[in-house]
Amino acid sequence: MKTRIFVTLKNGVLDPQGKAIHHALESLGFDGVNDVRAGRLIELEHEEGISKAQMEEMCQKLLANTVIENFEIEG
Amino acid sequence: MRAAVIQFPGSNCDRDMAVAIRDVTGADTSIVWHGNSALPDGLDLIAVPGGFSYGDYLRSGAMAAKSPIMKSVVAAAGNGVPVLGVCNGFQVLTESGLLPGALMRNAGIRFVCRDVKLKVENSQSIFTSRYDAGEEIIIPVAHHDGNYFADDATLDRLEGEGRVAFRYAEDVNGSARNIAGILNDAGNVLGMMPHPERMIEAMQGGSDGRRMLEGLIREIA
Repeated sequence: MKTRIFVTLKNGVLDPQGKAIHHALESLGFDGVNDVRAGRLIELEHEEGISKAQMEEMCQKLLANTVIENFEIEG
Repeated sequence: MRAAVIQFPGSNCDRDMAVAIRDVTGADTSIVWHGNSALPDGLDLIAVPGGFSYGDYLRSGAMAAKSPIMKSVVAAAGNGVPVLGVCNGFQVLTESGLLPGALMRNAGIRFVCRDVKLKVENSQSIFTSRYDAGEEIIIPVAHHDGNYFADDATLDRLEGEGRVAFRYAEDVNGSARNIAGILNDAGNVLGMMPHPERMIEAMQGGSDGRRMLEGLIREIA
């Protein structure tokens, strides 16, 4: 089965990449976008037996840097 | 004196670091592959060099921080062995938990590669005893992810405990409080984005990095 994990920058942490994407969108003529925050999507293909707690541990230990990032495990 | 420089796939400052350590300190210096789980015995210094370990996959330094050798580096640091992390090495040390905070994409997005002026904030550490507090030195930077971030409480603690070793004299990459290098609480681990190993002799444009290694010999001896 597949689980998606979203890793995003915490609120208040400056996101220079999001800012650059925002500027690029504006330069392409897309008005009305107020802010852009870029994150990371990680898809795990895994056995049924992997628990959410184990995935949280994966996030804590490697997939996210909790100093600057939040993570959300789908489902 | 014995030193080890850790080499990850994608390290590119490992040999410069080894040559600098060997030339300045005369240490028996070996390059240790990340896949080894054991360090050489009797080390007086471990250097985690710059580069792009694991292609900066996931986050700069994240994969390297979980490699087999880093368990031994963390253990050695806990036993008081001096550990110097430069550039990607600083990123590896924060990812491995030896130093607080994180290094994020430069605020200006661009890769910054130039000589920068640093202010020595702490001249009492084993790494900085050959500098004067408040002295300005020139050391080059070359990084994309050097924007130091930590929450305010951590920053206040670092400043209050004298653990900011170096500060940029001007904004280089958006780092919180212009922090360029920090020490761990025991003072035996230093992480910094600028490259002291690139300022060892006049031929390189200056020798302000040399004094870090000279200070280390004096402190370790």
